[in-house]
Amino acid sequence: MSEILFTNARLIDPVTLTDAPGWLRVAKGKIVESGDGKAPEAKGEVVDCGGLCLAPGIIDIGVKVSEPGERHKESFRSAGKAAAAGGVTTIVTRPDTTPAIDSPEILEFVARRAAAEAIVNVLPMAALTKGRAGREMTEIGFLQDAGAVAFTDCDRVVTDTKVYARALTYARSLGALVIGHVQEPILSEGAAATKGKFASLRGLPDVSPMAERMGLDRDISLLEMTGARYHADQITTARALPALERAKRNGLDITAGVGVHHLTLNEFDVADYRTFFKLKPPLRAESDRIAVVQAVESGLIDIICSMHTPQDEESKRLPFEEAASGAVGLQTLLPAALRLYHAELIDLPKLFRAMSLNPARRLGLPSGRLMADCPADLVLFDPDAPFVLNRDDLLSKSKNTPFDGARMQGKVIGTWVGGKRVFGGA
Amino acid sequence: MTFRAQHLLGIEHLAPDEITTLLDLADRYANENRDGIAHRDVLAGLTQINMFFENSTRTQASFEIAGKRLGADVMNMAMAQSSVKKGETLIDTALTLNAMHPDLLVVRHNASGAVDLLAQKVNCAVLNAGDGRHEHPTQALLDALTIRRAKGRLHRLSIAICGDVLHSRVARSNILLLGKMENRVRLVAPPTLMPAGAAELGVEVYEDMDKGLKDVDVVMMLRLQKERMDGGFVPSEREYYHRFGLDAAKLSRAKPDAIVMHPGPMNRGVEIDGTIADDINRSVIQTQVEMGVAVRMAAMDLLARNLKAHRAAAKNDRGAWA
Repeated sequence: MSEILFTNARLIDPVTLTDAPGWLRVAKGKIVESGDGKAPEAKGEVVDCGGLCLAPGIIDIGVKVSEPGERHKESFRSAGKAAAAGGVTTIVTRPDTTPAIDSPEILEFVARRAAAEAIVNVLPMAALTKGRAGREMTEIGFLQDAGAVAFTDCDRVVTDTKVYARALTYARSLGALVIGHVQEPILSEGAAATKGKFASLRGLPDVSPMAERMGLDRDISLLEMTGARYHADQITTARALPALERAKRNGLDITAGVGVHHLTLNEFDVADYRTFFKLKPPLRAESDRIAVVQAVESGLIDIICSMHTPQDEESKRLPFEEAASGAVGLQTLLPAALRLYHAELIDLPKLFRAMSLNPARRLGLPSGRLMADCPADLVLFDPDAPFVLNRDDLLSKSKNTPFDGARMQGKVIGTWVGGKRVFGGA
Repeated sequence: MTFRAQHLLGIEHLAPDEITTLLDLADRYANENRDGIAHRDVLAGLTQINMFFENSTRTQASFEIAGKRLGADVMNMAMAQSSVKKGETLIDTALTLNAMHPDLLVVRHNASGAVDLLAQKVNCAVLNAGDGRHEHPTQALLDALTIRRAKGRLHRLSIAICGDVLHSRVARSNILLLGKMENRVRLVAPPTLMPAGAAELGVEVYEDMDKGLKDVDVVMMLRLQKERMDGGFVPSEREYYHRFGLDAAKLSRAKPDAIVMHPGPMNRGVEIDGTIADDINRSVIQTQVEMGVAVRMAAMDLLARNLKAHRAAAKNDRGAWA
């Protein structure tokens, strides 16, 4: 593959946490060098960035591609296009498909489909227990050999702590990463909103935000017991943060993520029962949102993800408590996250630390950085370009975005995966 | 006279002047009902469909009588036994009905927000007859009319709403309405039956009947459903009655002329003592039922006027473009 020289760029480097003018040279699919002075002489293609931002491509942990089972909601082809248009260069897929990705055979099917159809990198996760039923652990070793990068039952919590402890212990011996959903399941059952004035006024079944702390506390105890590598999928409440902070300080191998919707929306956005705002866990109070944003800024919460969850119209056009949860987010992850930048809550290098560098580190990937020898997975974007989002413009097969009609800033100009342009340009 | 709403989905979206307009008209209908004066021309030619996804006897009967007194063609659809059982979605049901061109749609549903959803999909006036734990606006309006007739005003009163506030749409609509009309509202309930964030709703919260009822003008009791009694939310029926059931001793804390209300159906000996419910000097429970018909007549009358105006305007618009 030929060489590309990016000139006149604003380089967003999450390793050095710098945001500075510069250039970057790519050859054979990898980053070769970068600098801040005068760009070297070009030997191939030149991309004049026009002063716009060049950052490591986003690595999105927890994307639901509805293959196998519900290809009408999302396929590897549509998810790949949506990801590329959103500056996401690697999607880490969830196993909560139908059937669940819980055997090496199903994982191979997924890997084959992804390789044939998706224009971005796809790394699959596998279920931690068979059928995500929480009773028997999956073939973690075989699945790891087949390419599973992490193990998770997604939004189902393994309630049997004996099963969970054994799975964590077994995973630890293989160095496998386990991702947990930290909402105490019995308290959370049937909940459509967070306990408080809003849920009471709307008459919705609710759950206390303490359910998250309880779930996290339990998982932390199990980590102390088993020593597993662990990632909490979504931390969305202020009261869970001290527990997370303590666990990290005590040296446990724990990281935490948060979905971009919980960073940019709060419970009041549901307004008159807008089901596109129904998420799992439900949207939180504004005070929780602010606390969680600050935790991303400080690095306590490591990773921002989209929690991309395609749902068709039929599963959303129902009374709120009966409607399906989740929102698509691949294409809106970056502009939504940029709301935090424009609100001066988080700067760009720290945003990309949470969206690119930290996910790469957690999964042991060489990408997510602007360093020599790293894969040339890059996103070029204009952080200021304003637009009004129209859900029909999304490339996902499902259009269930909470940002329909929202004013946003931040447009992706180009996306490169391994030095190959997959979005934008001629 | 002001009433701007296209639908009656909840008290939340009504302004105080709209509430007063509706109550004034309902007051007139209440008097005329007593005098046997019928106005069969008001809704003549209009079709009213009562769609109850949840079983109801009294509310459905009240809406049916109200519609018939004003001359509407009333149809009842018992949704609990029909196509919903066959898997039809709420929106498909709404679209099917809409194709029959009804004018007034009265809906009760067990999911909060279901009536709002339905109202977005039809082009007739929708009345919420109770959705989940969300709102029951005609109940709050009939309670307001009952209070206004008994007390001579609907402001600066102290009103205690007692019992299962958590699961009650009646309580939510009443909290909103009585607050909008500038009354002092107290909620009295065991903490397990009190909604979260209740204190932020502009009400005073009590966990003790004796304190909660002190010097109130109105005592509004709520129904406690049987399945919520045995250890789930309260320890037992008898302990609940002992601590939160309205009896003479607890009622003596209220003002001497305080009235007692209940949205029905009552559980005598659970949330209210039978003799108090029957005490014609204190209980206005039968008046509530009477006012229910009048309030529903007024609501449908006002919505039908707006509907007719809306349709005429739409027709003129089309004419202008033709």
